[in-house]
Amino acid sequence: MTTLASLNAVTSSAGSRPRFRDLTAAEWIKTRSLRSTAIAYGVTALAVLGFNLGVAYDTYTYWTTQAAADRAQFIADGIPLQHAFGSNAAVVMMLALGATGALTVVGEYSTGTIRTTFAAVPARGAVLAAKAAVLAAVSTVFGLLLATASFFGTQAILGARDAGIGIGHPGALQVLLGSALLAPVCALAGFALGALIRQTATTMIATLVVLLILPMFLTDGRYWSALVGHATPYKAWLRLADPGYTAGEFPWTTAGAWTVYAMWAAAAVGVGMVAVRRRDQ
Amino acid sequence: MIEANELTKRYGGKTAVHDLTFTVRPGRVTGFLGPNGAGKSTTLRMILGLHAPTSGTVTVDGRPFADRPRGLRHIGSLLDAHDVHGGRSGRAQLEALARSNRIPRSRVDEVLAEVGLTDAARRRIGGYSLGMKQRLGIASALLGDPPVLLFDEPLNGLDPEGVRWVRGLFRRLAEEGRTVFVSSHLMSEMENAADDLIVIGRGALLAAEPLTDFAARGTRAHVTVRTPQAAELIGLLTAVDADVTSYGERLEITGATAPEIARIALDHRILLHHLATEHASLERAFMELTADSVEYGAAGDLTGTPSARDLVGEAR
Repeated sequence: MTTLASLNAVTSSAGSRPRFRDLTAAEWIKTRSLRSTAIAYGVTALAVLGFNLGVAYDTYTYWTTQAAADRAQFIADGIPLQHAFGSNAAVVMMLALGATGALTVVGEYSTGTIRTTFAAVPARGAVLAAKAAVLAAVSTVFGLLLATASFFGTQAILGARDAGIGIGHPGALQVLLGSALLAPVCALAGFALGALIRQTATTMIATLVVLLILPMFLTDGRYWSALVGHATPYKAWLRLADPGYTAGEFPWTTAGAWTVYAMWAAAAVGVGMVAVRRRDQ
Repeated sequence: MIEANELTKRYGGKTAVHDLTFTVRPGRVTGFLGPNGAGKSTTLRMILGLHAPTSGTVTVDGRPFADRPRGLRHIGSLLDAHDVHGGRSGRAQLEALARSNRIPRSRVDEVLAEVGLTDAARRRIGGYSLGMKQRLGIASALLGDPPVLLFDEPLNGLDPEGVRWVRGLFRRLAEEGRTVFVSSHLMSEMENAADDLIVIGRGALLAAEPLTDFAARGTRAHVTVRTPQAAELIGLLTAVDADVTSYGERLEITGATAPEIARIALDHRILLHHLATEHASLERAFMELTADSVEYGAAGDLTGTPSARDLVGEAR
């Protein structure tokens, strides 16, 4: 029963200052209590693995190289690394994770849950930061598991033709991490767009445009186009995951690509926190 | 205690709430009444800091609610029972809310038992009836054992037993010294539940007073009579300047008391089947007060009632 006595008990136990950890714990409960979260990640994992293992299996099936020297050339050309995480898989993952990230915010707006959330925690910026933290953690673990499974899965298939490589191979770790971290970067980008736009359909379209369509129009041929292009997550991933990178007219380093990842993640969290500050909810 | 001071909210060119000043006191159930679109929900959202006032202020126990880092121990609220994700279980919804405010998990079981949702707690909210969602929303409001509680149309979708339960709950919360603020667009819902009333129409304050005062300002009490000699009685009553509305054998009379009417009938050997004083109806007082400020009224259905401004004028 609710009585004044229990009121006082609960209130006094509340005396200490608010902790951010409580908010992340609450967001984690929200994340794991939705069946759709597990389904979204599960289906994405199947699609990405399907693309990566499928391509490796294709190479295995239509294998013609017989001479040992040719195998060595196959490896030296970095082709096993390209198999470790292909661009089709990357595109699928970008869109799926962008949508998943967006849904953590627009899912609350479309159902009205956001008002319940903000009435319980008036520190709105902190709520968004907690959401971003949980999303980043979950999607990073997801990306790492998926990139690792893709790497070892594809190399095992190629290994049947003696053409696989180990994780110690030069560039292998970069491909694995670059692909793994594409997941949280895109999830956070979707999250930020969701917090800005708040409307499900528009957010999804914006996520598609920003993550996928924009980089398609930006070529490396002109300075500005290359500059803006290099600032997109997809091109950063290409820079990190393509072992055969050849410096064009406007070259960039892998350190630059990592920085792009970091900037997107940081900017997304900032945008999310500012987006809820002033507007009516 | 909730204190609104010259609270105004405009959305674009439309004024939703205009210059609203009122106080909601602890230890009482305060009904927040107004027709649809009067600005009740907007006001509640401003109290909760979800919408920022265009001008004016509103404080809860002396502070704007938005300044509190965590809210559940200061205000428990139910704005809309649908403001939850249907994919989650009721228990998960409450656990997330409790955790965000560092409320012990045992409290979730307590409020679930309190609202009678213990058995349904593990089911997805999407499968709940509206009444169950209302109960879940009330459970959320009770989580932090708050001194102030806000409910927006909490009786929607509840069965009669549920309505009785909610009224009892509000009463008890108020007796425990809490501030209980309950909105409704139906006077009848407040009739047996509220101590005080705040009535708004088109975003402006129409009345803020105890329920008993509000009832007194309503329609002048009238007398109903049923008689087979209606025509005869109407003639006699009109002669003494009473107002009579006739519905066949049933007459509604103002301007004459029941004893006066009985005397007239006796003197003229008129048979009465029924004679009763109808007490002032809160519903009617509310209708008359808000007649001018109904946002989405059907055309012509409110003609002939005194304007709200007149009544407010009288009250002042």
